[in-house]
Amino acid sequence: MNTKIVFQEVKSNGVGYWGLLGFLGLFILAGAIAFFTAEHSGHYITGMNNQIVWGLPHVFAIGLVVAASGALNIGSMGTVFGKHIYQPLGRLSGLLAMALLMGGLIVLVLDLGRADRLIVAMTSYNFKSIFAWNIILYNGFMLLVGLYIWTMIDPKMKFLYKIAGSAAFIWRLLLTLGTGSIFGFIVARQFYDAAIMAPLFIVLSFAVGLAMFNLVLMAAYTGTKRPIGDVLINKLRYLLAVFIGGVFLLELARHLTNLYATEHHGIEAFILMGDNIYSTLFWWVQIGVGTVLPLFLIFCSRLKNNRKAFVAASVFVIVGAFAQLYVILIGGQAYPLVLFPNAEVSSSFFDGMVNSYQPSMLELALGLGGMALSLAIVTVAVKVLRFLPVSLADKVVDPHHCKS
Amino acid sequence: MSKISHTADQYRRKFLTGIAGAAAAITIAPGVLLRQVEAAPKAADAAVTDSVRWGMLVITSKLTDGGDKVVQACKKEHGWGDEKHSSTEQQTQWVRKVKVTEKLTKHSFELPVMCQHCETAPCEDVCPTGASFKRADGIVLVDKHLCIGCRYCMMACPYKARSLVHEALQDQKAYSPRGMGTVESCNMCVHRVDEGKKPACVEAEPQAMIFGDLNDADSDISKTLQKFGGKQIRADLGLNTGVRYHGI
Repeated sequence: MNTKIVFQEVKSNGVGYWGLLGFLGLFILAGAIAFFTAEHSGHYITGMNNQIVWGLPHVFAIGLVVAASGALNIGSMGTVFGKHIYQPLGRLSGLLAMALLMGGLIVLVLDLGRADRLIVAMTSYNFKSIFAWNIILYNGFMLLVGLYIWTMIDPKMKFLYKIAGSAAFIWRLLLTLGTGSIFGFIVARQFYDAAIMAPLFIVLSFAVGLAMFNLVLMAAYTGTKRPIGDVLINKLRYLLAVFIGGVFLLELARHLTNLYATEHHGIEAFILMGDNIYSTLFWWVQIGVGTVLPLFLIFCSRLKNNRKAFVAASVFVIVGAFAQLYVILIGGQAYPLVLFPNAEVSSSFFDGMVNSYQPSMLELALGLGGMALSLAIVTVAVKVLRFLPVSLADKVVDPHHCKS
Repeated sequence: MSKISHTADQYRRKFLTGIAGAAAAITIAPGVLLRQVEAAPKAADAAVTDSVRWGMLVITSKLTDGGDKVVQACKKEHGWGDEKHSSTEQQTQWVRKVKVTEKLTKHSFELPVMCQHCETAPCEDVCPTGASFKRADGIVLVDKHLCIGCRYCMMACPYKARSLVHEALQDQKAYSPRGMGTVESCNMCVHRVDEGKKPACVEAEPQAMIFGDLNDADSDISKTLQKFGGKQIRADLGLNTGVRYHGI
């Protein structure tokens, strides 16, 4: 690890810092109110129903969990793959990973029909369930990343740095594999049931996790007026482009494979060419805003070293990733279950019909509350512990580059 | 002497007949006797065994109304589906009448669709806490004390047979407890089965539905299935369902 890097707590006590915490606190409060309201009344006050059983809270929860494992990538590249330029970012990478996971899990847990039975989920396991394995994977992730951060902060623990970093890296791959498998193992639904969901979620986590990391990094260094150089930003910029390409490739493979199988033609036509919100989200937001636009912002020669373009690209990747999750989660449920192939079916329980879903403000508040909680954890942590290097200027992070 | 001999022969014949009968009973009867015991009401503290596998056969051509009576009988028995606040899409539905029309031939039929009580139930596989489980006798149930309301089972069920209760409930049936925030589905009227009775839907359409032990080759359901066959919905999934249909 680069020993020349000096880490320091954020000293700011100004309006900006407390204003940010207050702003995030409002969203957390709104999320808490949403939870208690739904907990008291039941899920009938949400937009979810017995046809669309997982809704907007699950898009947020899974998005945050996926981003959590991806946010750890920067640390992993420094520790596991020996890329020195990323090593000063290891602490922030680990912190953001833990914070995003906490935010995601809180949304997931508070949306349960019986959130009060969390203890049951922690004590009664069905080991054939990938969901049960995920509970273990989430807890293990917290422990390992916590240990990884400890080895970076405490010189006495330095001997465990490489081991903890490697273990956390392997664990994060397993975690995203598990998250993707939640869908991959659903044999019933035409849009899921595919092994490619697991690697797709891994690459998606790379992209959305890095985009979140970029935004937090830029906000932290702009807010604290600490220097950050173009060398590091350009590394992150082009890394983001690689991950965007990876997601696009796997998504392309997923749809092409589906298009080859007759049984999936219906759902593919529904998602790709339907007169519905899912086709709009897929083409305009996931592909347009989330893939093409950030790639343009990254590779346009006129925008080289343009930080606003870098930030915008990261924002668009996050927007695209959430649109992608919305299409997978809600779109996959909106398309009717196929009970009898090549037949038209109808019933009093909406068989054969495209299911409608109107997310409620409560669900949005819960999801945004989880996201705000993640950011609030980071905001508080960088003030009380030494997570951020004093400088990320080119000469600090890459002296060799500066000499040349 | 001949009289004595004749008496002895009669005695010997009776004895041998008795032995043969006993041997036959030992060879053939254990299963029969055992099943007779199983079919009888089960004591509340008696364990459920896998010597039986309860199943249902629906003969769609004999349904009087395609399944409406089945739905009504189930609603009456368990009290689901009239939640006050829930929207139509949020209402619980343990069984529904489905109308199927083949696109090419326009052949049309109706059938009641409920939990198919799969041998390898996807809901049981995915449930993180083990709340979704299959009893040894093949009935798939939800343990309302373990269900955390994650709805993963609803995502996994190929038959859309499960519902989440979206609001607080009043005046529940003592034998069929339900709860806000938990998932529920057809439980094959397990309370009735344990009392040696048939499920409410079978009693509503007795000419069209047969309930019985799929493990017992001599049961009505097994004999009918053997003679006329019975299909599974989404048989391609290989779930070996306990509910079979004739005429689909």
